[in-house]
Amino acid sequence: MRQRSLTALAVAAAVAVSTAGCTVERHWGGDTAKAGSGKAKVGLVTKTDTNPYFVELRNAAAKAAKANGAEFSALAGQFDGDNDGQVRAIENLMQQGVNTILITPSSSTGVLKAIQDARDAGILVIALDTATEPADAVDATFATDNFAAGEQEGAYVKAALVGADPKLLMVDGTAGASVDTQRHGGFLKGMGLEDGAPQIKGHTNANGDQSLAQQGMENLLQRTTDLNAIYSMNEPMGRGAHAALKARGLTGQVVLGSIDGGCEGVQNVKSGQLAVTVMQFPRKMAEQGVLAAVDYAKTGKKPSGFVNTGSTTITDKPLPGVESKDTAWGLQNCWGGTE
Amino acid sequence: MSTVTVNGTRERESLGEFLLRAPAVGPALALVVAVVVFSFATDTFFDLDNLSTVVQQSLVVGTLALGQTLIILIAGIDLSNASSMVVATLVMAKLAAAGTNGFVALVAGVVLTIVVGLFIGTLATRIKLPAFIITLGTFTGLTAVAKLIAGGQAVPVTDGLLQWLGTKRYLFGGIPITYGMTLALIMFLVVWYALTKTAWGKHVYAVGNAPESARLSGIKVNRTVLSVYLVAGLCFGIAAWQALGRTPNADPNQFQLGNLDSITAVVLGGTSLFGGRGSVLGTLFGALVVAVLRSGLTQMGVDGNYQDLATGALLIAAVVVDRIARRQQQS
Repeated sequence: MRQRSLTALAVAAAVAVSTAGCTVERHWGGDTAKAGSGKAKVGLVTKTDTNPYFVELRNAAAKAAKANGAEFSALAGQFDGDNDGQVRAIENLMQQGVNTILITPSSSTGVLKAIQDARDAGILVIALDTATEPADAVDATFATDNFAAGEQEGAYVKAALVGADPKLLMVDGTAGASVDTQRHGGFLKGMGLEDGAPQIKGHTNANGDQSLAQQGMENLLQRTTDLNAIYSMNEPMGRGAHAALKARGLTGQVVLGSIDGGCEGVQNVKSGQLAVTVMQFPRKMAEQGVLAAVDYAKTGKKPSGFVNTGSTTITDKPLPGVESKDTAWGLQNCWGGTE
Repeated sequence: MSTVTVNGTRERESLGEFLLRAPAVGPALALVVAVVVFSFATDTFFDLDNLSTVVQQSLVVGTLALGQTLIILIAGIDLSNASSMVVATLVMAKLAAAGTNGFVALVAGVVLTIVVGLFIGTLATRIKLPAFIITLGTFTGLTAVAKLIAGGQAVPVTDGLLQWLGTKRYLFGGIPITYGMTLALIMFLVVWYALTKTAWGKHVYAVGNAPESARLSGIKVNRTVLSVYLVAGLCFGIAAWQALGRTPNADPNQFQLGNLDSITAVVLGGTSLFGGRGSVLGTLFGALVVAVLRSGLTQMGVDGNYQDLATGALLIAAVVVDRIARRQQQS
């Protein structure tokens, strides 16, 4: 009996371990398809495989790969910030012999060694969506200029205040994450403010989680309701902030801005929950990444530097001096739709 | 502290003995101290609306922690309670979005978490696997299931019944009370009554203290353990309903640390991780202490990382108190 229960325990532990993290076979120097041999083998590593943004990125890359006759496989970390999972994914792709890796790095520095190993093995590595630090740790970066996107959000919010002195609450994402830092800094520049300015009445970190954003905003609103502007780093957190504002009957006096351009977020702009959002274009990043991979496989030519895939301000209340598109355009171009 | 009568003579009771006899007293004191400190440290904390908000913020974790308390009392642990709850929110939201009656969707979600409880309880009693391992497996599996069901999309909820716990409210002595708060209070009272006044409650404590002695004294240990996982499953299903009342949006990326948050509330509430000692009232205070800390520190403008640091320090302090109390009892 004791023997049996021990065996059962061992089996359970093995199952738990194998489902918790994929096992990695370490055979280095597999037959990486050589550049110039013609056949593109593309591997994509996203931060997670569940966020609609990364789903869109993955689907667009798969579609582009199919259209261009490239082999394609996609792997992901288990959660945002799972560097270890991404390193394993890179190792697995090397093992599969890909000649290009497209990666949205979980952290700008956490996966650099694995990326270096891949590049040393002759693999083209392109960062999508999130730049690495230093930027030249990869061959090229196809991404939204997040600082510029934040600046657009800030410029709109500032314009909407029509000269009133800003009283601002900020809902940030994950402290220290590069995208968060860039959007935060860009927003303040667009508003014409600096970190620590007296116009900033408070901030909360909500890790991209709607319920945490709601809680953080509820607590900040207890501190002050004398405000007219709110920055949210992405749309789920914007929705959380809106829920807290609505419960207090404050939605009328506040300009709430966000960034991302998911279809749900554009709907939120249309229904007035968000005053503005700034759309980014994951589909473009993925398509351009795959095309670069195909080109590399054919000609051995590597892309380089930062390629901005652009960002567009979406609002139904256009303001003078701020270039924007309306939600009808937004709904045609948004990502994460249910199609 | 106070005096008790032992063998006809009145002896002074030590602090440790007192805390051991009434484990909810420590967390209740911590809660009162925190509320008083923040009330003086800010002009905004002590406000009936804010106190109501803080309670609402602790509802989901509090309801998860209620079930977790029962499990920890029998010296088990459930690492999968939050993932089971998240799957239930998605099932409820998906069914409602497909046009299913809100009540049916609600029942389906609750049944699901009870079935998960049945699964864990069966493995724990029949094959005698440690709860830690079983629920590590169900945690991983259910997290994946949640993501598969969601398919990368959060599911908005518009059904009135599913949002009912958050949207319906009334005033009690000037304090806004949601139906979610009322339901949580009733649940805590029912479980408190069951634990302290019924034979089942005594069995739960006995099994947690010493399962072999419990068995020898005629308690059906397996049946008690299984019943605990089923009741806890029911709690987790209702936590899912509470979650949709707070945030009418089922998202697999929410409550990723809900399992650990619920364990934090239980331990802060004075329930021993070794089983057999603790109370649901303590858990209620434990869940509230965390929410009070977050709210008060945010209003003071303290950075989120320092808030986590404070919560962690408090957690370790709670375990230290538990240890000292036990040692005093032994000596």
